[in-house]
Amino acid sequence: MDHSVVLQEQVKAALGAGTPLVITGNCTKEFYGHRVQGRRLETTVHTGVVDYDPSELVVTVRAGTPLVQLEQLLDENGQMLAFEPSSFGGRASVGGTIACNVSGPRRMVLGAARDFVLGCRVINGNGELLHFGGKVIKNVAGYDVSRLMTGAQGTLGLLLEVSLKVLPKPEAEMTLAYEMGVEESITMLHRWLQQPYPLSASCFDERTLWIRLSGSSAALAHTHRRLGGQAVSDSEAFWRCLNDKQHEFFGDTGPLWRLSLPSDCKPLALPGKWLYEWNGALRWLRSTASADAVRRQVEAVAGHAMYYRGDRQRIDTVLHPLDPRLVPIHRRLKQAFDPERIFNPGRLYPDL
Amino acid sequence: MNTTELHARREKLAREFQAILPAESVLYQTEDLRVYECDALSAYRRLPLLAVLPDTIDQVQQVMRLCRRLSLPVVARGAGTGLSAGALPDTQGVLLGLAKFDRILEIDANKRIARVQPGVRNLAISEAVSDLGLYYAPDPSSQIACTIGGNVAENSGGVHCLKYGLTVHNIQQLQVVTIDGDLLTIGGPGPDTPGYDLLALFTGSEGLLGVIVEVTVKLLPKPESARLLLAAFDQVEKAGNAVAAIIASGIVPAGLEMMDQMAIRAAEDFVHAGYPRDAAAILLCELDGTEAEVDAHLETVRRVLTEAGATGLRCAESAEQRRRMWQGRKAAFPAVGRISPDYYCMDGTIPRRCLPEVLREIARLSSEYGLPVANVFHAGDGNLHPLILYDANKPGELERTEEMGGRILELCVSVGGTITGEHGVGLEKINQMCVQFNAAELAQFHAVKSAFDPDGLLNPGKAIPELHRCAELGAMHVHQGRLPFPGLERF
Repeated sequence: MDHSVVLQEQVKAALGAGTPLVITGNCTKEFYGHRVQGRRLETTVHTGVVDYDPSELVVTVRAGTPLVQLEQLLDENGQMLAFEPSSFGGRASVGGTIACNVSGPRRMVLGAARDFVLGCRVINGNGELLHFGGKVIKNVAGYDVSRLMTGAQGTLGLLLEVSLKVLPKPEAEMTLAYEMGVEESITMLHRWLQQPYPLSASCFDERTLWIRLSGSSAALAHTHRRLGGQAVSDSEAFWRCLNDKQHEFFGDTGPLWRLSLPSDCKPLALPGKWLYEWNGALRWLRSTASADAVRRQVEAVAGHAMYYRGDRQRIDTVLHPLDPRLVPIHRRLKQAFDPERIFNPGRLYPDL
Repeated sequence: MNTTELHARREKLAREFQAILPAESVLYQTEDLRVYECDALSAYRRLPLLAVLPDTIDQVQQVMRLCRRLSLPVVARGAGTGLSAGALPDTQGVLLGLAKFDRILEIDANKRIARVQPGVRNLAISEAVSDLGLYYAPDPSSQIACTIGGNVAENSGGVHCLKYGLTVHNIQQLQVVTIDGDLLTIGGPGPDTPGYDLLALFTGSEGLLGVIVEVTVKLLPKPESARLLLAAFDQVEKAGNAVAAIIASGIVPAGLEMMDQMAIRAAEDFVHAGYPRDAAAILLCELDGTEAEVDAHLETVRRVLTEAGATGLRCAESAEQRRRMWQGRKAAFPAVGRISPDYYCMDGTIPRRCLPEVLREIARLSSEYGLPVANVFHAGDGNLHPLILYDANKPGELERTEEMGGRILELCVSVGGTITGEHGVGLEKINQMCVQFNAAELAQFHAVKSAFDPDGLLNPGKAIPELHRCAELGAMHVHQGRLPFPGLERF
């Protein structure tokens, strides 16, 4: 159902009253940012696939649409969202997925959510309904506002609709496991990645490296012969479980950090338990180390750390503090899209 | 301003810039400035007040500070291969040439990245990493000459975009200098960065937000195998349907290109690529991947093309044959340049399913205006390059050509596409921006611009039209039932 007019009225009312809005889908990613005080703006009523022609490799969908519903439609047509977002227990909406730039195991090969966003309809902080980008793969007219919205967590406007590039599902997939330590895993992966092997995901801990191959059956068999490794029985379940944080590593309820780093950097000297994805570029750390200690280590390798889970009292900001030189630009962009600061104020950083 | 006054102003300004740059890096004599009067869209020409050619980032920062202080417009320029007059100088401003920034700073095979200066040529990157079995994927047809800084500013594409993406998908980090002379790092070596995606915002911003002084590009391993198929069709529609059928079969070709008869003949006469001169359209379909995969896909695509009514099918049997078959496509623009005194290249993108309808309408416009059109089409990603043939020496013909071009772009927008897929808006398509975007959307773009460049000194007058310009054009664009500029007077 198209509720864009109703949503626009709600935004205008909030503007008139000076009440901040908390953009709310199914509340699966509230923890991605700070708690926002304000009136809830429900997007879950604004649902439906607006346009989908499989031969165009593009789908246009309203923000409140459940992600699993979109994925099912694509699946029926032999296609997929190539950035492999987690559905957060089946409850995530498309809008929240894009607003948080949620990307899964395939990210390091095919790209993040932002790489597949082609266009969007948004309501900005003046209550205007705007359209940027489009339904075509190549489009350089105007600034790339659609990708700017991706990952902005609703602080620059309310996402109403997105157009996404989709890809055919691979003909076959298989997962291979190798017994090896972390440093060896990093070395092996980077050696393989310089070769045209059909790698589509990787994950490792201190004992095991898992890789996923995607492509034609012939290509998989050929690659398996070259790279060896033990085939894992239920390949799909392994990556789904990892992507949905159902892997035993995530069972603990203690503090969990999400580190984004250069993929080949050496293991960091921080105490705790580690799990590695995205060829080593995404590192999960269960640790009681202080925020300062974690941030110092990742900054030394030009990475960043998000406080993904744990007691919020312990930290000042969930996301890594911005480079001070970029702070004024962030503030001015917020001002450009949402001058009255009615959309999710303070969700990313206190002054955005 | 008369010539004497102009020269005096130039000399005075030159002294200001010579205080921060070596004397030979400041050009202000008319004959020296002539080189910079246009980019590859040579129908637009004008001289800057002066041109500066810094060779360190520090010098760029000082140039920007001086320009800000003196309120001088700045137009950055790479190799000048752009096709939308994006690097056209400002008559009251400084042309900032970045050609001296031509060093590859770092190649890291393990990380599969190259850190390069903005003046490095696109193809030079792939050549430098070729021995490592790596390459840089985006390959605009001008890749032999165009620079990576310009590629980022335009978000350039090429013939392999459907599978490997545009520039925005293949870069990791930028160093940019703001109009205040600050040096910023945008993006980073990890898979994401905290805060807003400024890397995406900068890519394709046409020099309006800052000056790019360093680019870190991602490299890919060269595919184990690449095969090129050429299919001939006796009707353009059949070729269009074949494109949809290939995609529907679940294959994403590395490249999928279409040419119509006029383009085929021009290319064939020019480079002898072995194209069938009597075909109404040809498709070039490149498949890459592992040997096993490419063999399997080749069989599928052959079957799909045959079922779609291909009248001829040929697979390049050697690397040399493949190179020659591609050369015809890559040389299509100069080939058309040989059969007509001038040509005007359009760059709209359309949903692929609208291709037959759009080509029919282009043919109708062609006869209405009496101007022949050759069509070259990145069929995989819907990016259409109609080349309008004209003669600039015939009075009024350029104006008619531009008008017809404008109507083609409006046609692209009306079927749900865009006025520019990869060449950028520049000055050339500034009027058509009024068709694609309404006043509120353009105002939002201006607000973004102000966040970086409040005085509007960076590449003024390009990419995003002023609202009054759209109103004066009378582009009565009805967007969702609303008139675009309800608050403005109409003329």
